Amino acid sequence: MTILGLLIPIALALGFIGLIAFVWALRNGQFEDPDGASMRVLLDDDIDTGKR
Amino acid sequence: MTALDPRPIKTANLIVENVSCADCIGKIERTVNAMDGVTDARLNMSTRRLKVDWLTGTTDADAIADRVTALGYPAILFDTEKLQSSATREERRLLLAMAVAGFAAGNVMLLSVAVWAGAFSEMGPATRSLFHWISALIALPAIAFSCRPFLTSAWRSLKGGAVNMDVPISLAVLLSAGLSLQQTWAGGAHAYFDASVTLLFFLLVGRYLDHRMRAKARSAAEQLIALSSTHATRRTPNGEMSRVALETVMPGDVLVVAAGERIPADGTVRHGESDIDRSLVTGESVPEPAIPGIGVFAGTLNLTGALEIDVTAVGPDTFLAEVAGLMEAAEQGRAGYIRLADRAARIYAPVVHLTAAATFLLWWGLLGADWPVALITAISVLIITCPCALALAVPVVHIVASSLLFQRGILVKSGDALEKLAQADTVVFDKTGTLTLGKPIPTNLGDIAPDLVTLAASLAAYSRHPLSLALSNVHPGACLPVTDVQEFPGSGLEGTVDGRRVRLGRRSWCGVENENAPEASSLELWVSIADERAFRIEFEDQLRLDAAGTIYTLKAMGLEIEMLSGDRPVVAGRIAAELGISAWHADMRPDEKLRHIQSLGQAGRKLLMVGDGLNDAPALAAAWVSMAPAQAADVSRTAADLVFQGETLFPVAYAVKTARTANRAVNQNFGFSLLYNLIAVPIAVAGFATPLVAAVAMSTSSLAVTLNALRLRMGKAPK
Repeated sequence: MTILGLLIPIALALGFIGLIAFVWALRNGQFEDPDGASMRVLLDDDIDTGKR
Repeated sequence: MTALDPRPIKTANLIVENVSCADCIGKIERTVNAMDGVTDARLNMSTRRLKVDWLTGTTDADAIADRVTALGYPAILFDTEKLQSSATREERRLLLAMAVAGFAAGNVMLLSVAVWAGAFSEMGPATRSLFHWISALIALPAIAFSCRPFLTSAWRSLKGGAVNMDVPISLAVLLSAGLSLQQTWAGGAHAYFDASVTLLFFLLVGRYLDHRMRAKARSAAEQLIALSSTHATRRTPNGEMSRVALETVMPGDVLVVAAGERIPADGTVRHGESDIDRSLVTGESVPEPAIPGIGVFAGTLNLTGALEIDVTAVGPDTFLAEVAGLMEAAEQGRAGYIRLADRAARIYAPVVHLTAAATFLLWWGLLGADWPVALITAISVLIITCPCALALAVPVVHIVASSLLFQRGILVKSGDALEKLAQADTVVFDKTGTLTLGKPIPTNLGDIAPDLVTLAASLAAYSRHPLSLALSNVHPGACLPVTDVQEFPGSGLEGTVDGRRVRLGRRSWCGVENENAPEASSLELWVSIADERAFRIEFEDQLRLDAAGTIYTLKAMGLEIEMLSGDRPVVAGRIAAELGISAWHADMRPDEKLRHIQSLGQAGRKLLMVGDGLNDAPALAAAWVSMAPAQAADVSRTAADLVFQGETLFPVAYAVKTARTANRAVNQNFGFSLLYNLIAVPIAVAGFATPLVAAVAMSTSSLAVTLNALRLRMGKAPK
């Protein structure tokens, strides 16, 4: 049963990474435009702003 | 490079219409990004907003809007300050709460499954206790964080002396968490951390969906409001012109209104001649001439010539504000509607509490159990009856239905619109701009020699008058060279076309006053060429292409149809006959429309009002539920519960159909929740509701409700 001492923290850590990733995505605006993302994938070229 | 540039960056937001494909995004962003000084342009498909950053002084927002409009995507600038509501922050908070609850639910469930499995194998009480403690460590902070939206709402309603759905929810979550902690402390076999966190997670999903739908509706409404004009050009007594905010304009001021501008205040014409498009006020599709001494209303459009007007009324005294006042009063009349979910909660919440209390008394009093056992059973009743599926029942269906509608260009603006739409039994249409496109087209070009038509159309291209525009738009061939064009506002045009002197405009302008002309109609243009005899081009307001079909469909769906119009009886009657509408009224002013709607409402009819003009706004607000086309006046779009885009009328029928399907799904969901409770409550009251039973029962009911809502999507999409 000592293996629990290792496995439970690992399981929790993995879950926590997921949560952090979600919060990051939320802060980063990944959920601002769900419709646009599905369209943009169809664009052939990356839009070149040329100024960045 | 921009980071080093000392010039500050300015940002603007534009609402862009007609964006529907990947190509649109590419074209718009490439074009705007290629403009001088623009550092970044990004189009948000979900909100149809284009955000542009540029270096101060290189370009301006209007130029960008013009550029995008020129691409074929009408773009309108709007003021973000007005729109940055707290809605986005609230939505983020809910999403974050949902994420945390989801994380906790997943991990606690993982541990719970081990405990449940352990009951059948050799898991010792020490390991079980350890798992409970770990669950507690995950669940308690998560509950503390994620339960706040429910707690605040429950507290607010309790303070107001009412019980809403959030009261049993908060109680169930808090009590189950407290009970589980006590059990864990005592080394007991059952802890409900999984149930309470999963419950919280599902409830937050429902809450988030509901919020998103309302936020979308609200932002659509806000965008519409942000568009109204706020400035006017004032001429001071010594002749200086200045652009001033509308609020500073006083009666007695002299305003200059350029051709193509909206008139900002009520007044009388002091100087200049023009045609005024009053369709927003009267619903009349034909422009009226404006000459000195004539009264003009705020909100009407000055078409052909510049006008100077003496302001007689501003702000709250204008006709526009009067209409808004009527509208507000009408709106208050119908505020009494209680949404289905709230009505359910009103019955449901007391029942839940009473059942739980009865359970406690039953176990403690009648069965003689110890009070902790009785309390545990009572709490498990609370947990299991917690209106999880009930809380999801409406929002999930509505979000699916309104996203279906959104895909077809129909914006659902108010939360109860779908419910009310499903109950509507009568549809009342406005004529101009709703059944018709509000755009006249020439009808008798076939009877006129083609070269004469070409002649007239060539000249018409030089005017902004709607009839001229219509003529030059439908003329297919090449135009002839035109020179010396002069426009006489209120009368017509004169120019040399192909070497001949041509006049285009009113009957009198073309010198046909005394002739035996056909019956006078305002939907006509006269053309006289040099010394030849003048001829007439007739126009007719064009019906929306599918108007007749939609009316037929609506009738087939069991709805009664009426038509109200501000137009003359001759025109209204003809259109009603063409569409097969037997109940129609013409010559109606805004207050008459309102009264008519109200009297129908008092007779117990549930009206769906479809209208676009300013004159329809009070009626839209008074009706049971209302729709407006996207081209409608700002006020009307604000008053309407739904707004539809495009040139067809079919969205009206489609919206009603979808609302009815959605309503069916909502009722099924309520039925399902009821069934679930009929099965689950006896189990809980009998004391068999172990954490496993609670978790499985709640998850399946929530999933079933959600899946039932998603079924809406699978329905065949109408063409």
